[in-house]
Amino acid sequence: MATPLNLKELSKQEVRFTAGHRMCAGCAAPIVVKMVLLAACDYSVVVASSTGCLEVSSCISTYTAWKVPWIHNAFENAAATLSGVETMYKALKKRGKIDKDIKFIAICGDGGTYDIGFQSLSGAMERGHDMLYICYDNGAYMNTGIQRSSATPTFADTTTCPAGAVIPGKPQQRKDLTRIMAAHGLPYVAQASPSHWPDLMKKVRKAIEIQGPKFINIFTPCNRGWRSRNDDAILLSRLAVETCFWPLYEVEDGVTRITVKPKDKKPLIEFLKAQGRFKHLFEPGKEKMIEHLQEMIDKNWESLLKEEEMTLPKEEGNK
Amino acid sequence: MIGWKDIPPGMVILEAGSASKIKTGSWRAAYRPKWIEENCIQCLLCWLFCPDNSVKVKDGKRGEFDYDYCKGCGICALECPGKKGNKAIVMEEEVK
Amino acid sequence: MTKVVAVTGNEAVANAFRQIEPDVCAAYPITPQTELMQRFAAFVSNGQVRTEMILVESEHSALSACVGAAAAGGRVATATSSQGLALMWEILFIASGLRLPIVMPVVNRALSAPINIHCDHSDAMGARDSGWIQLWSENAQEAYDNTIQAFRIAEDMNIRLPVMICYDGFIISHSIERIEYLDDDVVKNFVGEYKPLYPLLDVENPKSYGPLILTDLYHEVRKAHSEVYKKVPKVVIEVAKEFEKISGRKYELFENYRLDDAEIGIVILNSAAGTTKDLIDEYRDRGVKVGLLKPRLYRPFPYEEVGNALKNLKVLCVLDRADAFGGSFGPLYLDIAASLCNFSQKPILINRIYGLGGRDFMPEHAAEVIEELKDIAKTGKITKLKEYIGVRE
Repeated sequence: MATPLNLKELSKQEVRFTAGHRMCAGCAAPIVVKMVLLAACDYSVVVASSTGCLEVSSCISTYTAWKVPWIHNAFENAAATLSGVETMYKALKKRGKIDKDIKFIAICGDGGTYDIGFQSLSGAMERGHDMLYICYDNGAYMNTGIQRSSATPTFADTTTCPAGAVIPGKPQQRKDLTRIMAAHGLPYVAQASPSHWPDLMKKVRKAIEIQGPKFINIFTPCNRGWRSRNDDAILLSRLAVETCFWPLYEVEDGVTRITVKPKDKKPLIEFLKAQGRFKHLFEPGKEKMIEHLQEMIDKNWESLLKEEEMTLPKEEGNK
Repeated sequence: MIGWKDIPPGMVILEAGSASKIKTGSWRAAYRPKWIEENCIQCLLCWLFCPDNSVKVKDGKRGEFDYDYCKGCGICALECPGKKGNKAIVMEEEVK
Repeated sequence: MTKVVAVTGNEAVANAFRQIEPDVCAAYPITPQTELMQRFAAFVSNGQVRTEMILVESEHSALSACVGAAAAGGRVATATSSQGLALMWEILFIASGLRLPIVMPVVNRALSAPINIHCDHSDAMGARDSGWIQLWSENAQEAYDNTIQAFRIAEDMNIRLPVMICYDGFIISHSIERIEYLDDDVVKNFVGEYKPLYPLLDVENPKSYGPLILTDLYHEVRKAHSEVYKKVPKVVIEVAKEFEKISGRKYELFENYRLDDAEIGIVILNSAAGTTKDLIDEYRDRGVKVGLLKPRLYRPFPYEEVGNALKNLKVLCVLDRADAFGGSFGPLYLDIAASLCNFSQKPILINRIYGLGGRDFMPEHAAEVIEELKDIAKTGKITKLKEYIGVRE
């Protein structure tokens, strides 16, 4: 029987990612890893990670935090690497050399997913490997010191697009990778946030039980890169959901479901003001920039609602 | 530290979870969390949200903090719902 | 029982793959390798092998997938050429650093720019220090034989390193030659059952592959890695001896062709060695004491053995089918020079660059080199240390 996704039962499960890892104090990535592995607690899993914060901090010298088989190859190739592991599993099963059921999970940052690893990810998903690819999205190259990535939000200050007199932080809009993965026609694509852990765990469990390639994008605050407090990882991820900066939804067989709809959509400013990377937007004369960001968020949210309406079967939509 | 003759092929690590030998509790700078049992409703959110597995739970009930690993981030204290407005976790100054 | 066939080099190597039946093969097309993996894909499609193919979106992913598959715990192969090998460059070092016994034919082709699909050795030479074992092959028979031996060498429990089998693009890959195939059973028995080391799929004993190693340990890890290569030549010889028993064909670290009493020597890799051997026979008939050394195990390079084989020559030309730009010598020349540098008695050395981008290496080119070496042997004077041959002014 599947382990119920409540904390009383889950806390009896072994956390297959030990303490003693070297992630920064208050980093959300180990929380995400813990939630993902707990949601997968009924399965043997093999994990692959791309180069990045999680990778360098979880496996150093002779010390590994992983209590599941884990492989790091390079920065841009976690999906290709895991596709090799998964294919060998299929080959050995076919030859009767292995009988266990094993699930395959990639856990990689946004640099290794949106940018340098995008081709490898797209290829692996197109080939249809039975794997779940999880992006822990903290919106910049945090491991190398907060450089902008295509996941960095518009106007965010990073070390390669610092807010200056001429350029006000990142000029471009974020790449909407979750939509791009949905456009691959995968059986399951979702966005999740650790603040809404039952939703996150349900999505991971659902994804892991579906055969084929799956993608989940998980919002993962980084207090060093976002210049926020050490204790606000969950608070900020909650605000991201409540302001619709990070909508929680899933796309399953072409049907889009918004899994958490904020009762009162909070103004984006509440999410922005808690982070030093947006501090420059609160200088006098910059009001229009915040308005612009709010408009972008509103537009995206509206189009997601519309998409849900268009794709959701009537009987489900009427609920 | 091991010498070159003891390096395993490919530097593959054979001991799962060996990172637990690294006591990251020494990272705590100013504050450490304190558990106030009488205010605890046993929601276990602190256990779930702790990035460093530093909330000990046995048979579905939370126990003391594991200060060997706690980095003092304070997420547990911030997220603790407490009882009737009284937090079951507060951050207090680190005793050196 | 052997079977004699007339096939291309690629077809012969694809047949070796069929006989060995790796658990997983990754493939991405690139001329002149394409034909090899497409022939093998047909064996997969027709159910002649149980291999799982990963038809990746780039060579970078091909080798990345091979790393994952090999770490998972089974027999793995892929193949490439030229730009494809260049794109794999980053992962070449990882495959070797992780000690994964991946086997990869490299069908030698020139590197861009300018783009060119024909043979030279720039591709594999650019990867010579990546930690892969390299076996070079003069003809299709050697490519086939080396491929079979490569799995045994790579998977030896004391070695566990990836192996490249190099053979010349088009000249060998696409020309039809007479080949002796071994029986399927003989090949299967020779290669044997795959023995995994630290398989990732052993979920009961979780392992971590690819840790971060900092200044306190990296130096030791590299020293340990470097030591492994010392064990390779012995294993290559042992495997060759066993292979001789099943095939009747003898392989060593390098081929010594009429070198023992020679005064004039040539060192050359792969297909052009065949042309040169013909010319050596002609000169020998005329009483010129000329011989040839054709490296087979190019990485790790058997410096001592090569040095001993060449030290008594008076004069020696190293023919490189790749240039090393920036004022250096060809890569093969540098290794030969290093092999000889500590001997008190050693030949005068020159370096000639030939056959880039598929330019034919003709008998007259070999003759030109031998004539020049004769002059140098007589006068002791070198006109040019390094020069291109067969080039239009």
